[in-house]
Amino acid sequence: MADDDKMQVSRREVFIKLGVGSAAVACAGAAVFGYSYLSPNVLYEPSPIANAGKPENYPRGSVTQDLQAGIYVVHGPEGFYALSAICTHLGCLTVWNADRGIIACPCHGSKFSELGAKLEGPAPRGLPWLKVWLSDEGELLVDRATVIPQRQYLRT
Amino acid sequence: MTIQDLRDTRVWRSVFRGGSGATNLRRSMAIQQNVFLHLASVKARKRALEFSVTWYLGTLSFGTFLILVVTGILLMLYYHPSVPQAYADMKDLQFVVSAGVFLRNLHRWSAHTMVLLVFAHMFKVFYRGAYRKPREFNWVIGVILLILTLLLSYTGYLLPWDQLAFWAITVGSNIMSAVPVLGQKIRFLMLGGHSVNANALLRFYVLHCVILPLAAFLFIAVHFWRIRKDGGLYTGHKESHE
Repeated sequence: MADDDKMQVSRREVFIKLGVGSAAVACAGAAVFGYSYLSPNVLYEPSPIANAGKPENYPRGSVTQDLQAGIYVVHGPEGFYALSAICTHLGCLTVWNADRGIIACPCHGSKFSELGAKLEGPAPRGLPWLKVWLSDEGELLVDRATVIPQRQYLRT
Repeated sequence: MTIQDLRDTRVWRSVFRGGSGATNLRRSMAIQQNVFLHLASVKARKRALEFSVTWYLGTLSFGTFLILVVTGILLMLYYHPSVPQAYADMKDLQFVVSAGVFLRNLHRWSAHTMVLLVFAHMFKVFYRGAYRKPREFNWVIGVILLILTLLLSYTGYLLPWDQLAFWAITVGSNIMSAVPVLGQKIRFLMLGGHSVNANALLRFYVLHCVILPLAAFLFIAVHFWRIRKDGGLYTGHKESHE
């Protein structure tokens, strides 16, 4: 090669580059290893599907809160539907106020209608409608992880 | 960019204070002004770095200890010290968590290796006579570290909460109760009850993950610092100033 002199690399430089290079490879490997270890492969969290029991337990025109599941099961004039009871503001558990016929959040005062529509802030949106269906045993099941468009009623 | 360029950057110099340079002052400051390195001496005898002097057994023991700290902290992320969850968590680490079985085995084998290395270190120091004046007290600290190593192994033994763990701690705590007069009391306090149960698991967990490692770190620091204070590593019976 013509520019042999310029291509001269000292032994020390080679070893430094080898050292830094293998340290970089080890760091990258440790990062991949660490990430896969830190992300759990199995979660022991409650199922998103909640069993709300027999439809007969819900009289027409009733709003029933399931505190454990964090949902409302409503038997409206047009059929059944389920609302998330989790406030869309910062995740507090809302409460059904039967006297005033509204759903209210105790944390920051958001208010919702029994259709889930936002009446008053600071919540940015209304309460989402959740997927409801009847199981083979004739019980109402609510999937808390699946939001459906509003006004999709379940008629039994 | 070479490492030398990196060392001359403002950020590097603000982190490591002194800065680089090939003078003896710079070199000694690099040791003295570093909170970790200042435990060691600025100069070492060339002979002290040879394999035959120490077989590097102390450093290797410390190396296994560091592996145990890192893998132990990672294992803690999936482990609940409660009955019977502890056993299920241990099985999850083996069969469900990515690389869990690797970390668990690394922790286990490092623990065995550390006990072996600590004993070998002790024998090496003993048969070379490195425990003699002025290093008598560092030998005492070494004995404390040996006991801490064994206690760490013993407390870690219960945590998988399987049959082996349960009966090993049952037997061990009954041996403890053989101490005259205070035996039963010691066992009661150690287990937090009259049998190996949820309280014992929690106590052993706290001992294993907090109290004993902190004590070990403390005594390791003193142990290393005393090497410097006692005149460096023992290099032979003719400790000349070569």
